[in-house]
Amino acid sequence: MAQHIIELNNITKSYGTIYALGGVTMHVDPGEVVGLLGDNGAGKSTLIKILAGVIKPTSGEIRVNGELVNNWSPARSRGAGIETVFQDRALSVQQSIVRNIFMGRELAGPFGWLDLKKQVSEAERLMREIGFTSKVFSPDSIVGQLSGGERQGVAIARAILKQANLIVLDEPTTALSLTETAKVFHFVRQVRASGRSIVFIGHNIHHVYDIAERFVVIDRGRVVLEKKKSEVGSAQELIEFMEAVARPEDAKLKETV
Amino acid sequence: MADMAKAGTAPVLETHPSQRPLRKFILDNRAALGSLAVFVVMLLIFIVANPRVFSNWGIYAAVLTVLPVALFMTSPLVFVVTSGEIDLSFPAVMGFASLAFAAVVQAGFDPFVGILAALITGSVLGFGVGALVVYGGLSSLVATLGMNFMLRGVILIITNSKSIAVPQISDSIAFQITSTQIWGVPVQILWAAAFVVFCALLYNRHRFGAQVHVVGDNPDSANEMGINVNWTRVKVFGFMGVGAALAGVFSTMINFTWWPTSGDGYLLPVIASVFVGGTPPWGGIGTVIGGAIGALTVSFIQTGVVGVGLSGFYVQFFYGLIIILSLLGHRFNQTRYR
Repeated sequence: MAQHIIELNNITKSYGTIYALGGVTMHVDPGEVVGLLGDNGAGKSTLIKILAGVIKPTSGEIRVNGELVNNWSPARSRGAGIETVFQDRALSVQQSIVRNIFMGRELAGPFGWLDLKKQVSEAERLMREIGFTSKVFSPDSIVGQLSGGERQGVAIARAILKQANLIVLDEPTTALSLTETAKVFHFVRQVRASGRSIVFIGHNIHHVYDIAERFVVIDRGRVVLEKKKSEVGSAQELIEFMEAVARPEDAKLKETV
Repeated sequence: MADMAKAGTAPVLETHPSQRPLRKFILDNRAALGSLAVFVVMLLIFIVANPRVFSNWGIYAAVLTVLPVALFMTSPLVFVVTSGEIDLSFPAVMGFASLAFAAVVQAGFDPFVGILAALITGSVLGFGVGALVVYGGLSSLVATLGMNFMLRGVILIITNSKSIAVPQISDSIAFQITSTQIWGVPVQILWAAAFVVFCALLYNRHRFGAQVHVVGDNPDSANEMGINVNWTRVKVFGFMGVGAALAGVFSTMINFTWWPTSGDGYLLPVIASVFVGGTPPWGGIGTVIGGAIGALTVSFIQTGVVGVGLSGFYVQFFYGLIIILSLLGHRFNQTRYR
């Protein structure tokens, strides 16, 4: 069996007595697109923030290429080749595009002095790759002047700066126009074609169904479904399953009312 | 709002304005240029009001002798404000570091040893204050105010509030290279100018400066991208301590005396300089060069007002006037992006 690039084993996260995640186990294989689904508050974002090292899990283990990691942090997660495009995009809006792209990963010499020329040329290359075709914005433009889709572009450009093994996209199409959404899909297929993996999070099931090859559905902090696309059949089946998962709660509510 | 509208119309242009060199220079330095304009206008008013006094080099030499002390603290304070914090403890740190300098020199050591002692004292206190604020999770405004009182209190207790005279430094090499004059120009200003240039490079072209900007702009994003937000903040306070130590050394050299109140008078002028210079109080952006021009403006007010022939009672009024006018100017010169 091929080595999983990422394994999350029995991850839990509790805030006081409330469990946001009650023991999630999932994995990502090389070169696959995993669709992570779930209703609002299911724990999707908490899970990927744990993977990104931003949130410390209460218990459970993370394995990268089969090896157990400890003292997991954002810097280590990025160092291990995991790039995350967060739902809030994690940008500094008063700074230039260049500074945002190289945030936490500045190109610098041995004494820490920045190689500004190289940063600008790299940023220009990435912006072309992402499809910033307009001449309107230069790498020195302030991110606060950009539209939502363009900001998403900056966040994605940052994720492909280094050859990441896994790119996690948390709700990348929320609040984007149709053409911008198409660009994100195009980007996912490009990354997939280059043999790297993607975890695509969304609650628009049609979007996720179109792009992903395997689905993991989370509900109230637990994995309730894990299936390959070939086993699912259609987006409609997936939607019906998720409604069914949500239904018992509805039934309970009706009983109590 | 007006600026936002302008930004909105920009896409019509073929090339972005920032790609033209002159426009780029102005856009990149608009806050610093704004504070330079304030200084030039103020200087012109002084010259017109009393041409005789202000055509004499002596008055400029006087300003250039005391200005360096403020510059050594204004530039690091720009880093502190950019990181989203404030430091009110630097006057006491300056007093403490210069006490170390004066005590070592008085004990018979070479002034270079004294400078080293001052730098160590300043950075230890700076990093200490930073660690207290950051790892203690305290408000920097209140915690550094408390530290300023406490450190000053310790100074008064251990010295019995007695000053230390160090006339012997005037023969030393350290004094010759830091505190004399070359062709009527006080050497201090050259050291201070070099320090400001170093700080400006550190701020704009070094990893430390880049991370200070990002941490002040959006600490959550900086953390998510793997920057050690807390350590960056602590380093900023440590750097402030180093600046305060240098200021203390130069101040003691100018006066040949260390006073228990050393540093006290710099609290408000230095803070005012940072904001007059065009660094906004909300963090994320700022200008080191602007801060230096702000310090020049602020230290010129006192000399200028008296030089014009007004009574010293007018000084505070003009301090306030310049601060308010500068803030209004920067308010219309900068857009805040959120």
